[in-house]
Amino acid sequence: MNRRRRLGRTALVLAVLLVALSGSAAAPATLPGGRGTITDRSVEWPTWPQWRRVLLLEDYNTRLVLLGTTLLGCAAGTVGSFTLLRKRSLMGDALSHATLPGIGIAFVATTFAGGDGKSLAVLLAGATISGIVGLAVILFVRNATRVKEDAAMGIVLSVFFGAGVAVLGIVQQMETGHAAGLTGFIYGKTASMVPLDAQLIGAAGLAVAIVCLLLFKELRLLCFDETFGASRGYPVIVLDVVLMGLVMAVTIIGLQAVGLILMIALLVVPACAARFWTERMSVMTIASAAIGAVSALLGASLSALAPNLPSGAMIVLVATCVFLVSMFFAPSRGLVARAVRRRRLESKVHRQHLLRAIYERLETAGNAPLRDDSRASAPVAIEDLAPMRSWSRRQLEKQIQQGERQGLLRTEEGRTVLLTPAGCREAAGTAHRHRLWELFLIRYADVAPAQVDRDADAIEHVLDAQMVAELEALLRQQDASRAVVASPHALDRPAGPAHGSTTP
Amino acid sequence: MAVSPIASPQPFADAPAGAAPPLSIYDLTVAYHNRPVLWDISVDVPAGQLVGIVGPNGAGKSTLIKAVMDLVPRAAGRVQIFGKPYKQNRHRVGYVPQRESVDWDFPVNALDVVAMGLYGKIGWCLPVRRKHRRAALAALERVGIADLAQRQISHLSGGQQQRTFLARALAQDADLYLMDEPFAAVDAATERVIVDLLQELKRAGKTILVVHHDLQTVVDYFDHVILLNMRIVAAGATRETFTKDNLQKTYGGKLTLLDQAAEAMRQAERAS
Repeated sequence: MNRRRRLGRTALVLAVLLVALSGSAAAPATLPGGRGTITDRSVEWPTWPQWRRVLLLEDYNTRLVLLGTTLLGCAAGTVGSFTLLRKRSLMGDALSHATLPGIGIAFVATTFAGGDGKSLAVLLAGATISGIVGLAVILFVRNATRVKEDAAMGIVLSVFFGAGVAVLGIVQQMETGHAAGLTGFIYGKTASMVPLDAQLIGAAGLAVAIVCLLLFKELRLLCFDETFGASRGYPVIVLDVVLMGLVMAVTIIGLQAVGLILMIALLVVPACAARFWTERMSVMTIASAAIGAVSALLGASLSALAPNLPSGAMIVLVATCVFLVSMFFAPSRGLVARAVRRRRLESKVHRQHLLRAIYERLETAGNAPLRDDSRASAPVAIEDLAPMRSWSRRQLEKQIQQGERQGLLRTEEGRTVLLTPAGCREAAGTAHRHRLWELFLIRYADVAPAQVDRDADAIEHVLDAQMVAELEALLRQQDASRAVVASPHALDRPAGPAHGSTTP
Repeated sequence: MAVSPIASPQPFADAPAGAAPPLSIYDLTVAYHNRPVLWDISVDVPAGQLVGIVGPNGAGKSTLIKAVMDLVPRAAGRVQIFGKPYKQNRHRVGYVPQRESVDWDFPVNALDVVAMGLYGKIGWCLPVRRKHRRAALAALERVGIADLAQRQISHLSGGQQQRTFLARALAQDADLYLMDEPFAAVDAATERVIVDLLQELKRAGKTILVVHHDLQTVVDYFDHVILLNMRIVAAGATRETFTKDNLQKTYGGKLTLLDQAAEAMRQAERAS
């Protein structure tokens, strides 16, 4: 029940997130004086030449942009899988927001010094320095005061971003040049990518891949068990700095394509999606890189088709789609697979309740089947089964039909029911497990006999063969291979109040 | 560090003279946020023995073994492993952390975890190779769960997870083992496996220091015992040391002065 409620809440949160995400893509920017694409959000259906240009990679610029963003997505996905497992995902968010004042200040300073303030190298250098300062502030506040890490990140994230917005505001007032290019860093703007940018991304991506490959084992140890790593002499701080350095590198090269607000999504979402599909960290890292690459490729393509939609938002939306698919449909860890497993267990529980009820009626009548029976049982009146548990007549009939479909029982003229040989075996086995557990509770756990029926109710469905063997040995049940042990309490006891606790 | 009002306890009387003991702690004091959690610990752990560390919650048992491995900063004191600082003899120490200290939903299998004990031998940047995997599997074999090697660790039972951690320490092939609550919340089968393993290690001449919480089993499991409650109340052969009187001192009699002094130091730190 609880789990279902949690599921509902998760779905709700995700829906809100999606709306918010698409909202952020569609809402006009509030930044003062933003020009060109930042305030212009009119979306037109792409024309045929646009489709062709993007899909067939006809022009050089599109090829460049798609290659650059794909590499970026790949690098971010790789690094993201480590930060996710290190539980430092939000660090990337604080870092990217902390880069904004650096961008503004670098622009102002270089322009005043007579240089080209819009040179990418200058701006990214400013961003890097500012990001490192932000990181240092987080660590200082965390270590020197009683403020916890999450609060310290919140402070740095908002204060640095606010400062950055203020600096950009000042830049607008300057006569030396407008800052239209700078605001592109906030939402991401791939269209302005030049070969040098793609090369930069490629080089950084390669460096990230090499570091991750070489230090995979060490980073995995850091993420899994930092204390043990430290006891073996691994410099935890150095490894953390390396990891943060990777995040930094990816964030800086991603500023242009994805924008600093949404950069975090490229670090978190592919890794989270990948986690659903595998239980191996190496596979997860590769899958995360692949999901990041595909999301970036598709997102950038969409943005190229509709140039007024920022690439960052598009990339994030595509990544989120992959995440949602993973969350619901991944085998084993996905929500659907889990629901199916739960459903299967529930139906097994209901089935075995019915079988045990039939078994107990048969036993009372002196016709108890054996656990390795090869004959069908004697018939039992459905009328007699009704008071065995707190089930409604309808539930009982539905369960009987279910049992018939599974070949465990047969009805005769709608009035009586009998167990097939397979039904006999499962019914006797269930009753046997139930009673073993009851005996165990009475003898070893000091549970009152009147209470054990309900306590054993949930356990009988999950006891495996090994546990049954252990119980039999413990309780010294002779001839345990055939017969069902006797019930430790009277069977004609009325059913207890609502067997609600049947799902383990 | 100020001189403690508590008299230093006697070290183990039967510690062999001559050869450096596996673990020698002298005058160790550890403080968190300036609040001392361990006062003036001095003890020599004799070689080839099974030693239990026993004391109430918050007595500093885990902190003690972490301080031995330089995992928490020492305010004062000295620790030696076979006569050398921990840093130089790290490879001779095997560590089993508390099971709750990690996230068991991590995407690795039991073999991956055990192989972590071999990283020191493998070296930086090199992958885990076949022979290491074989060694890891052998370690899992020793704790009886080799068949679960490929299982993701969240699909292991609590006892199996504990055995995985033990196997990781075994893979290190150390001479001194430090184990933090290996018996905590494990099933009976695992408990038997661990007890047998401890005996086996002891027969092989290893020294094992075990943080333990179950007073019922102390006499059965350990040759020596260290009774700890922020300071060493008593240390020595279990038979002589694990007495009602000493337990009373460890668990019952709260040393209010020690608490008060620690609290005063904390307040002073706050005020400054």
